[in-house]
Amino acid sequence: MSPVLEINDLTVSFDGFKAVNNLSTAVKKGDIHFFIGPNGAGKTTLLDAICGRVKPAAGNIIFRDGSDVTKLSEHEIVELGIGRKFQVPSVFNGITIYENMELAAVKVRSLYSSLFARLTKEQNERIKAVLNTIGLYEDRYNFPAKLSHGQKQWLEIGMLLVQQPEIMLLDEPVAGMGRKETEKTGELLRQISRQCSVVVVEHDMEFVRECANTVTVLHEGALLDEGDMESVQKNPKVIEVYLGRGERERLEE
Amino acid sequence: MKQIGNLNKAGKNNITIIIIMFLLCIAPVFLSDFRTNLLGKFVAFAILALGIDLIWGYTGILSLGHGVYFGIGAYCMAMYLKLEADGGKLPDFMSWSGRESLPWFWKPFEIAPVAVLMALVLPTLIALIIGYLTFKNRIKGVYFSILTQALSIIFVVLFVGQQEFTGGTNGITNFKTIFHFSLASGSTKLWLYYISVVFLLLAFFFCKFIINRRVGKVLIAIRDGENRARFSGYNPTIYKVFVYCISAALAGLAGAVYVPQVGIISPAEMGIVPSIEMVIWVAIGGRGSLNGAIIGAILVNLMKSGVSEKFPAVWSYFIGIAFVVVVIFMPSGLVGAFNKLKSKLKSIKINKSANPAEDKILME
Amino acid sequence: MSTYLLQIFNGVSVSSILMLAALGLAITFGLMKIINMAHGELIMIGAYVTYVIQNIFIQYFDKSIFSLYYIIALPGAFVVAALVGYLLEISIIKRLYGRPLDSLLATWGVSLILQQLARSIFGAPNVDVKSPAWLEGGLVLGGTQLPYKRLFIIGLVIACIAGVYIFLYRTAYGRKIRAVMQNRSMAQSLGINTRKVDSITFAMGAGLAGIAGGALTLLGSIGPTLGTNYIVDTFMVVVLGGVGRIVGTVTGSAAIGIGNTTFEFFTNASLGKVLVFLMVIIFLQWKPQGFFTINSRALDE
Repeated sequence: MSPVLEINDLTVSFDGFKAVNNLSTAVKKGDIHFFIGPNGAGKTTLLDAICGRVKPAAGNIIFRDGSDVTKLSEHEIVELGIGRKFQVPSVFNGITIYENMELAAVKVRSLYSSLFARLTKEQNERIKAVLNTIGLYEDRYNFPAKLSHGQKQWLEIGMLLVQQPEIMLLDEPVAGMGRKETEKTGELLRQISRQCSVVVVEHDMEFVRECANTVTVLHEGALLDEGDMESVQKNPKVIEVYLGRGERERLEE
Repeated sequence: MKQIGNLNKAGKNNITIIIIMFLLCIAPVFLSDFRTNLLGKFVAFAILALGIDLIWGYTGILSLGHGVYFGIGAYCMAMYLKLEADGGKLPDFMSWSGRESLPWFWKPFEIAPVAVLMALVLPTLIALIIGYLTFKNRIKGVYFSILTQALSIIFVVLFVGQQEFTGGTNGITNFKTIFHFSLASGSTKLWLYYISVVFLLLAFFFCKFIINRRVGKVLIAIRDGENRARFSGYNPTIYKVFVYCISAALAGLAGAVYVPQVGIISPAEMGIVPSIEMVIWVAIGGRGSLNGAIIGAILVNLMKSGVSEKFPAVWSYFIGIAFVVVVIFMPSGLVGAFNKLKSKLKSIKINKSANPAEDKILME
Repeated sequence: MSTYLLQIFNGVSVSSILMLAALGLAITFGLMKIINMAHGELIMIGAYVTYVIQNIFIQYFDKSIFSLYYIIALPGAFVVAALVGYLLEISIIKRLYGRPLDSLLATWGVSLILQQLARSIFGAPNVDVKSPAWLEGGLVLGGTQLPYKRLFIIGLVIACIAGVYIFLYRTAYGRKIRAVMQNRSMAQSLGINTRKVDSITFAMGAGLAGIAGGALTLLGSIGPTLGTNYIVDTFMVVVLGGVGRIVGTVTGSAAIGIGNTTFEFFTNASLGKVLVFLMVIIFLQWKPQGFFTINSRALDE
């Protein structure tokens, strides 16, 4: 499997504090790649750097086609084929569910095309298919405000799906979901990974165990271990980071 | 796969705008010349309100400097009217300030189409520059509002200060004819009124076109979550500059329509106070609704002329309280309140007729 | 050159009043994301309180102690403006949290009401406040005379800012305010009564505006629209200086005040204002967040 995204010696710092420290890794094509680690390990910052929200102090992130995404602005990165879902569900509440999907589905997002171009038949079919997948077809004229928390998350994932990215970045997609919703989201992820690579930041270990192909453990901004879930779980360093913290916390209490 | 209705078309209706236009068209029959003329002025304001609604109601950008664009449009038209009135002679205020020849930038305004064109182009250009410089740097929210407010102050100061070119505090007035028709005659006034109404209708359909196209959804998306829109692959800067320019152009058009009917334009019309009042028209009518903008502009001004003619102090209290009450308790204005009432009535009807068992099925 | 120095000195004294007004504005904006357009009217209230206290002295007290009125007027201006601010907060402002644009419009409405109220009570024409005798004259320094009034204003502002600084950074209550400013929900869960912090802070900012109004009576006559003349400059200070740090407000008002006087001196009043505006726009190309900001990783606007 060839890499779609290579991260080379990436360092992101906030006022001298290195949230990501000299990190190198790669995301393979069609992979479900989880980034885990204790709070403050730099997981979300890594996603921020990939999608252009923060600019790194050093290093680069090379997309499949050879372009360095750290040099591009957010919307250009999306155009390359990198989609991002934020932790807090954020959909557009002022337009209908269908229109939310429409905005994500179009390929040319210039002012001119937004003024004059209509959706193609193929795009309409795709929207319909995705709406059915996420189970919101019948609600398509409603506004997202009426949806439950889980449904909003799915709508947002659906928007990413019709966007047809090559890499999808998900920040804690199952946070705040019940067991049933989590299972459905896992199913959705596997379905998605047939079309594109999925990068997930997650705390829910059970969810990681269920879905992950590759797991990268971050600790204080640096890479601690990488591999499949089983081998990572056996790594004494990983156990120390998680358990050690736990023990320290217990002592403090 | 179950299919209910069309995939993408929700029902739309145009009944409100038809009623508004009908009322505006028959109004002169019942009104005196003076009142018709006044209403024509409010119709010009309604054109401007459409622009403010686009940028504020739909895109969430609060501009407190639209008086400037209105003023520039009005001044462009006024320069033409003044030159036509003085028939080749130097405008009176210029000779009072000791000028002997017409400044070069006044010359093109001798030609009517140029003046009308400039009333649209100049506001657009200024909005393009200001908009690009601020939106590109992601200056938004109240910061943008404050900058636009400062913009309106400096334009007032500039126009008052450059008396020999602008007529100073008094502005430009004493027009006689427009396109060689006497401005004093009742028939010209009636024509001007109907031309305003036609422009309002055109502006309405133009705005309607924008919000019905995908660009309208993008604007709402920017309002609801600018960053989210960015991560959906849209460049908000371009869209914001675009809508700012459109709304400036509409303000310029409104100014150009306003001047021949009112017969004077002065810096006072472009200051902070009128600029923020324009926003309250839209707030009262209902932001995010084109009908609301039109209704708000005309209604508030009707009330203003009614109340402030007799009790100017009362009007200040009234408009002040209106600001507070509408913003806090009726954020979607009169149109929003009306729609809420309508859907409440509907739901009462449905509750009466609906079969409770059916509801249950729907919920599952 | 000495006329220019005098101009600069005047600029400094004007910008120090700006500073006082902007301080309250910046704190309330930083704390509650509220833009208070009625802030200018709080300045006006402070000025009219000074006027009223002066009249009381003229009516009821002996001429010999007239000059002392000003010492009572300044705290009076603070208290009355703070009280009005407090009432405003608990009645209107609290409903507008997290809606900065709406707060701007609603408070503009409040400012219209307050202006009209002033017009109804005191009449539309401007009124004069007679400065106390002990502020007449000036300090002669190398051929130029620096008026005592302006020196007094500068001193007053320094004292106020020092007071605010100590309050914010050296007292337990100030710590609470800063905590709410940086992370409201966290402060709330630590048991800080954020509602109380909000209203007290708002009242304090209003009180500072009141003092600014009291100081303004030394420089000229006052009228119902006194506040409007200052509000935009005050806001430009906030834009320029950034939100949430005293040093930003000080830098911003110095830049606006001295920029205004300098440009006006070398061109004329109308061009000067235009140039200052252009400078602000150009500056924001370089630093869109203003001089100083509190860094935060919070996501959305």
